[in-house]
Amino acid sequence: MAQEKLYLYPIWIRLWHFLNAILCLILIITGVSMQFSAPSIALVNFDTSVAIHNIAGIVLTINYLIFFIGNLFTFNGAQYQIVYRGLYKRLITQAMYYTFGIFKGESPPFPISRENKFNPLQRFSYVFVMYLFVPIVFISGWALLYPQTIPTTILGTSGLHLTDLFHIISGFIISFFMIVHIYFCTIGKHPGSNFKSIINGYHEAH
Amino acid sequence: MMREIYIRPSWLVIVLILLTIIIFAFDYSAGPLKYEDARQKGQTAPELQTTDLSQFPNSEENDKCFQCHGQSKYTYENTEQGRMVNQRMYNELIVSPNEFYVSNHRSFRCTDCHSEEYQNFPHEGILRMEYKYTCLDCHEGDDTYAHFYFEELDVEFQESVHSEKHSDDFTCWMCHNPHTYKINARTNENIRETIVYDNTICLDCHSDFRRFQLLTDRERPNLIKSHDWLPNQELHLASVRCIECHAEKLSDSALVAHKVLPKSMAVRNCKECHSSNPELLASLYKYEAQAVRSKDGFFRGITTSDSVVIGASRNQTLNIISLLLFAGVIAGIAFHSVLRIIKK
Repeated sequence: MAQEKLYLYPIWIRLWHFLNAILCLILIITGVSMQFSAPSIALVNFDTSVAIHNIAGIVLTINYLIFFIGNLFTFNGAQYQIVYRGLYKRLITQAMYYTFGIFKGESPPFPISRENKFNPLQRFSYVFVMYLFVPIVFISGWALLYPQTIPTTILGTSGLHLTDLFHIISGFIISFFMIVHIYFCTIGKHPGSNFKSIINGYHEAH
Repeated sequence: MMREIYIRPSWLVIVLILLTIIIFAFDYSAGPLKYEDARQKGQTAPELQTTDLSQFPNSEENDKCFQCHGQSKYTYENTEQGRMVNQRMYNELIVSPNEFYVSNHRSFRCTDCHSEEYQNFPHEGILRMEYKYTCLDCHEGDDTYAHFYFEELDVEFQESVHSEKHSDDFTCWMCHNPHTYKINARTNENIRETIVYDNTICLDCHSDFRRFQLLTDRERPNLIKSHDWLPNQELHLASVRCIECHAEKLSDSALVAHKVLPKSMAVRNCKECHSSNPELLASLYKYEAQAVRSKDGFFRGITTSDSVVIGASRNQTLNIISLLLFAGVIAGIAFHSVLRIIKK
């Protein structure tokens, strides 16, 4: 039915999201390949991984700027604002739905609307990933690209090690997010509905 | 109506960037040693901890030699003309007491290795022809120094490009000056200083054309240009020793590789160092890695040294945690999917 389709994802968001997804995949594959590099086998050659990882990281930062500025000046930014009052209750309600309600055929407790594109768990996790871990990963990534700028010692330990640790742990969390994000996208009207939405921009309600 | 309190996440990014700028801007330490700085530092004479030379058993006797050979000029009495003469001491004949008394051979008398005849002045011209001892002349078959594996080092050296190309002209002393050489990798906790010290040995000839010319007619080498292919060149040159890529170890027993390879055989495969089984752990980080392993600390395990070698700097605890989390997430998704299909 026509009224069930909501135009939620304008073209700039879809393009940004597509590029972000591709870049994250490239960065994860080359990152894992470098981190777990073995003498004989390689997912991707070490030197190739370094070159691709560096370029993808630079493009990701530019792409992030588009996301950041876009959210500052468009309505989309409101989707990432967290209302503090009742936050805990909303998170629990949504978590209970995913844990029990969904198997009993209950309706989603927070139906998707133009004002609320994300359910509370989505909003909360997207904010953490996009406004905390992605910035940490590209800030530490740029620092590792120019390691001579990193302070020798930070908080009594090697600055280089600390930066590396921040980069790897954030990258690891983003990788996890990506797996969970893709799985949760199968929870829609049909398993493929949400994937279709991010391509054509229209959301199909449950 | 109560006003809603919003958390605006954009501020988080701005705070993160500002925090990074503040941390990075307020660091006044030297940072990684640069190529030129490393050269300069490596060539600076080490300072003696004390000016009291009486602690060295032969200092009084050696002082007679250092009176002339310890500085750039010396004074002697010309008995023919009956006057005192100031003469310049040639660079090659100067031995700095400061460097000698922190070197491995600091407890020696000069005449332990040089002829007793040198005690007379002016020295006889024929003394210049005296045999100069090499490492094995004293250290071969010596149990006290067995852990240095001098014999194995000699086998490696004999197969090295230095030995094969220059035969007898190239002795141990070309790299290890007996007056100043000191053990570094085993005793110095600061790996950067070890790197600078060891690389200076190579650069003394390979970037000093006057010394380089003594052994070859080749054109002046341009090390920066010949290492153009190396990513992050400055950092690599300051963070690893030349021998890491330019020498081969024939066995695991000796610490430092002495089979210096021809240029065409130098390591160009990143994974020799950047992998789970890095060559660096068997050489540059051998002693540090052993020390750290024995401490068995979680964070200490990650901060093995001041360097991060991508692909080699790993922490077992973090690896296990990440694998468990990964398995947990996949299992959780699988369980959820199956329940969704069953309850559909």
